[in-house]
This record gives sequence, structure tokens and C-alpha cells, in this order.
Amino acid sequence: MIFKILAKQEMPKLFQVMSANRIIGPVEKGADRNGKTIYAFEPVSQFEKLRLDYTTTSRPAKSYFLPSKETLCTFKVTPQGWDKYVDFNIHEPHIFFGLHACDINALNKLDKVLMNTKYPTPYYTAKRKNMFIVGIECMPQPFCFCKSMGTDTADNGFDMFLTDLGDKYMVEIESARAYNFLENVETSDPTEKEHEEYIACIAEKNRNFCIDVDTTDLTKILDMEFHSDVWKQWGDKCLSCGTCASVCPSCYCYGVEETVNLDLQSAVKTKQLYSCNLLDFAEVAGGHNFRPESGTRLKYRYYHKHRGFVEEFEESLCVGCGRCDESCLADIRVPEVIKSVRTGKREKTESGES
Amino acid sequence: MNHKLDFTNILQESPGKRGETDNGKFEFTYKAEITNVYPLTDTERLYQVQIIDEKKRSQFTFRPGQFVMLELPGIGEAPFSISSSPVRHGDIELCIRRIGNLTNFLAKVERGTQIGIRGPFGTSFPLEEMYGQDVLLIAGGLGLAPLRAPIFSVLENRSRYKNVNIIYGTRQPSELLFTYQYEMWRKFDIDLDIIVEKPDDGWDGEVGLITKVLKDKYADKKDRLRDSTYAIVCGPPVMFTFVCDMLREGGVPMQKMFVSLERRMHCGRGKCCRCNVGSTYTCLKGPVFDYWSIMNMKEAI
Ligand SMILES: Cc1cc2nc3c(=O)[nH]c(=O)nc-3n(C[C@H](O)[C@H](O)[C@H](O)COP(=O)(O)OP(=O)(O)OC[C@H]3O[C@@H](n4cnc5c(N)ncnc54)[C@H](O)[C@@H]3O)c2cc1C
Ligand code: SF4
Ligand code: SF4
Ligand code: FES
Repeated sequence: MIFKILAKQEMPKLFQVMSANRIIGPVEKGADRNGKTIYAFEPVSQFEKLRLDYTTTSRPAKSYFLPSKETLCTFKVTPQGWDKYVDFNIHEPHIFFGLHACDINALNKLDKVLMNTKYPTPYYTAKRKNMFIVGIECMPQPFCFCKSMGTDTADNGFDMFLTDLGDKYMVEIESARAYNFLENVETSDPTEKEHEEYIACIAEKNRNFCIDVDTTDLTKILDMEFHSDVWKQWGDKCLSCGTCASVCPSCYCYGVEETVNLDLQSAVKTKQLYSCNLLDFAEVAGGHNFRPESGTRLKYRYYHKHRGFVEEFEESLCVGCGRCDESCLADIRVPEVIKSVRTGKREKTESGES
Repeated sequence: MNHKLDFTNILQESPGKRGETDNGKFEFTYKAEITNVYPLTDTERLYQVQIIDEKKRSQFTFRPGQFVMLELPGIGEAPFSISSSPVRHGDIELCIRRIGNLTNFLAKVERGTQIGIRGPFGTSFPLEEMYGQDVLLIAGGLGLAPLRAPIFSVLENRSRYKNVNIIYGTRQPSELLFTYQYEMWRKFDIDLDIIVEKPDDGWDGEVGLITKVLKDKYADKKDRLRDSTYAIVCGPPVMFTFVCDMLREGGVPMQKMFVSLERRMHCGRGKCCRCNVGSTYTCLKGPVFDYWSIMNMKEAI
């Protein structure tokens, strides 16, 4: 790994050089009802629009690599038969400027199941292989529990990673492509003092986590507590709206639908991201539903993320970004759910409501 | 200076990639023709499906118990068990019940229709492991469709198995599938028991549930069941719970009992998660499971 120091005043120039490509980054979108700024990942053409100091985005950058709706193929239908045309829906590289460690780790996890596996998904793989990622260090927000999930730092899966040291960045360079970009701006080798500043910055980050989730032996506990009452209790609160999956950077399940176009001479096969909390997720033809109660569907989501994935890849599919917790209208939060499964009882939430 | 990043074309990236890690394979569909259709009952039809390209047809291989995704452009795609002998390669038979969108449409198509086939997918029945042993093949209702591939395999390799017993039950006589094949199976030295729950006027066979046949025939054969019997059970979940429990009590070891699970499927490749049982992908780790795995999977039955 190569480290360099990059003065902040060099950033516009670096951005300029990189902007020969399409750049996606965090921008300000407005404010929520409490006056808190809302950020989103969007195409950025001016450096000033980029908000590298963003807290979090309400949605991940998922729409660029796992769009909520995507055409898998089209068909040309003739009286004799049909022909199928497949397109992976990516035609140029994209630069993601300013991803936090959790989102990079979410991509690394998705790689395991969607790319570096038996039957890779080319729609994801093609987009992923055309990503250039600039990561950036962040400060924990009240809802972040990435540290508990072991995803507070990104060891790989990016091209360069920036850590803010006041008027400069410590840049971790992971790829030759990143090195090439950096040759267009002024950088220097870090001094011993700058190493210390970096270490101090990470220590400060560590001190700021306010949620700790105990994941010890969680796979076994989830199995033991499969019939626990808490699932029904959470299920009674859950609206089965599917928001948690749609804001999650690592949720990938989907459904497929085929439709004939109005001209009757062509058809299209569409993939739509789904959520296991939605009622018909496991319903089969004839009407039988393998998970008719909302509690069983909610449980399945935890089961997949915190048990099934761990069993297969020795890590959880949750990166602790807290997005689902923040957006759930029923106040269902991952740390509380996990705790309740461990203790066998649901504790009252801060608002006093149970 | 040009600062544009190079575009990576994943199809050209590593031409050495083949088979299971080939990115071009995901949406690959064999073009196939429905060469013949015939009704088996009011709701089930048998479709003879032939991969059109001759070379691809002969290269298509599958193991009994595996399934394919059948695609009708613009209408839909769904999983169906291959219901023919593996020696016929890409000249397959599918037995399909009319029950929803795609299957209702299929019930109306004529022979000559071009469809798409993806696969084969999933695990299979370990028929080689069963050599030299007694084999019990048990089906309830539409469960005979996935059971037909192993039946053909056993017939074609009859000398390798000891006693072979097929037990097949439906609710009514009119729901019995493949009635025209029973005589042949019997002639090939297969002990065939047919039982229906609700007999009609013309019925002179056995009446009751599959478990009745099991009780009558195997209640006093515990040792044989334990030492030298493999069982394959296909049918609706309620049925195989009862049957498997009885077989287990009767002495068949859990790892020698196999069932085929049915779940919603949208990809067949471990990606859409719709088929998950607990956290197991039915399309990859199944649909064929031994009973030990079933017992270990949450929400399997
Ligand atoms: C491994 C396996 C083998 C099967 N083998 C056979 C067989 O040999 N014969 C047979 O008649 N049926 C079989 N089925 C069931 C068959 O797949 C469904 O009947 C079929 O999907 C119904 O599709 P539809 O469009 O008519 O129904 P709709 O209710 O309109 O379904 C819409 C979509 O939902 C999904 N879906 C609904 N039900 C199921 C289901 N039970 N399993 C998987 N996906 C579903 C499909 O993607 C389907 O296209 C099998 C299922 C599985 C999982
Ligand atoms: S947990 Fe919350 S966000 Fe998720 S489906 Fe239930 S109500 Fe919706
Ligand atoms: S489950 Fe929630 S906290 Fe975990 S990665 Fe998904 S959105 Fe973030
Ligand atoms: S069918 Fe999609 S994951 Fe099994």
C-alpha cells in the first residue's frame, strides 16, 4: 500500500482531471423535517457541488450497480420464433467519489455472492468492473454500528481512500489507475508527524461510536431462538413495506417479470429489486405462501443477513450503516432486534412505546 | 493527456472462463421447440421439448432430479423438473400443471411453438449410490413428474438395483398421471402400488393414503429398510412429512431418504433469493435434499 499526502487545495484539480469520466458523488439535496441535511449520490460535474463532509446518504449508491428496475433482455418475436438480446446496461466507467467504508464493504460483500462465485451475475459484474472508487473516512453518526459489524474500515475494494487531516488528506493508493490520476497533482510522502495525525484521527473516530451490537455466536443464537416470541412482536410492528431492503446497500434479492410490448412483436424481461418483507416474496403458484406472517418474513431478513451469509462467507451481510433503522417508519432497528433475540425480550424503545 | 478510464468488457475480459463462471451464461437460453403436447388429465399436460440446435441438444446433459427454467418470451419463466430419461439428452419431457400465468398460457400453445430453456439446475438423486440396494420411489400427485427421471434411470439400469417399488397415490383416479406406462413398469420387474383417496365407480384398486401401503408392506421389514433401502419421496409437503416420518420410524436412515422441495424461483442461480428456505438456496443446494438436511433447515416443512 502506498500513502501520500494531498493538500486540499489540490482537490479541484484532481477532480478536474478525473472528470474526463462520469463522476458520481454525495451532494446536498435539502433538509428533513428536523432541519438535518439530506444527501444523495448523484452525477457531479463541479467540484464545489461535491460534499465530501457528508454525514450519510439516505439511500446508498445502489441504483448505479443494482438499479431498482433493470432490463435483463429484450426479445424480437416473429411468427416463426424469437431472438433474445442481452445487454448489461453499462457503457462507460463510472467514478464514485466519496464512498464511506461501510458502502465499500457492502460492495465487497456483494462481490462475494454476485461476482466471485458460481454463476456470476453479469449485470452487476459489468458495472462493478467499471467502477473507480474514491473512498473517504467518516465520523460515526448516532445510528452507525459498523464497528460492531467489522466494517468500519475498508481494506480493499477501492482505488484510493482519503482521510481528512485538516488542510490535507492522507491518501491510501490501491490501484495503478489511482496513482496515474494523482501524478497530475502535487503530492508528498507522509512525514512521521502526519502518520501520528492519521492515527489520532482514527482513534477519534473510534471514540465516537455510540451503538455496540454484540454479535458473538449470533448464528447459533438465531438458530436456537428460531421460535422466539420476539419475532412475532417485531412482526406485529412491521408494516411489510420493504423500505429497509430498498435503502440497504447490501440487499440484492429480486423478482423477474416479462411483458409483451404493444407492437406484439417484441417483449422485455425486467428485473425488479424486491424485499423479503413484502407479502408475496415466498408465495408460489396456487396461492400457497411459505411466509404468510409478517414476523416470519422479518425473521427471514435477519436470518439471511446475520446467519446464512455468515455460514457461507464467514461474515455478515449487514455493514451497520443504519440506513434501514433511520428510514423504518415502525422504528424497527437492527441493534434492538438482535439484542432482543439474544435476551429473549423486546425492550421498550427510547420513545417509551413498546 | 487523455484521462479517460478504459472500459472493461466482461465478456472479453477472460476468454478462458467457461461453464459455471462464464458471465455470458447467465441469460443464456437454449432455443427449443415443443414437438408434441398431450393432455394427461384435466390440468396436466406432457410437453415434449427439443433443443433445436442438434449439437447443443446432444451436449445437453442432466441428472435425474434436476430442473430447467422454461421461458416464453413476454409471458414468463418458471422452473419445471425434467421428467424424461437422461439418456435422451436435450430431448426432454416436462409434465406441467396449469395453475397460473405462464402455465395457463402453455396449456393453449400448439406443437411447433418455440420456447426457451435454461439449465439444467440444482441437485439430483444419487442413483449410483443406490446400486445394489432396494429402491423405494414414492410419489403423491404431481410428484410423479420429478420422479419419472429417476424411474427411467432405474429401468434402464435395472440389473444394478435389487427390489424396486414405486408407490403412487392421488386424491382421485382421474388425477393419476402416466396411466399408460404402468403396465410397462410392471413388466420391467417393478413392484407398482397405486392408491387413491376417493375412488370412483370404476375403481377397483387400493383406497387410502400412501402411508397405508407403506404400513401394509413394510411394517415387519424394519431390518431390510434399515440395511439396504434407499427412498425417494416427491409430492406436496404434507405428504412427504408423513411419509418420511413413517419411513424413519420404519428404519430407513435419514441420509438415505431424498425429497425434492418446491419454492418460488426467479433465477435458478442463487441470486434472487426467492427460493430460500431458512438461509439455504433451494435452486443451488436443492431441490433434492436428503432428509437430514431437511431436518436441519429452518422452515423447510
Ligand atoms: C424445482 C421445481 C420443480 C418444479 N417442477 C414442476 C413440474 O415438473 N411440473 C409443474 O407443473 N410444476 C412444477 N413446479 C412448479 C412450477 O414452477 C409453478 O407451477 C410455476 O412457476 C407456475 O408459474 P405460473 O406463471 O403459471 O404461475 P403464477 O402464479 O402466475 O406465477 C408467476 C411467477 O411466480 C413464480 N412462481 C410461482 N409459483 C412458483 C412455484 N411453485 N415454484 C417456483 N416459482 C414459482 C414463477 O417465477 C412464475 O413465473 C416446480 C417448481 C420448482 C421450484
Ligand atoms: S422493518 Fe420497517 S422498513 Fe422494513 S418492512 Fe418492516 S416497517 Fe418497513
Ligand atoms: S441491514 Fe440496515 S444497517 Fe445493515 S447494511 Fe442494510 S441498511 Fe445498513
Ligand atoms: S431461484 Fe433465485 S436464488 Fe434460487
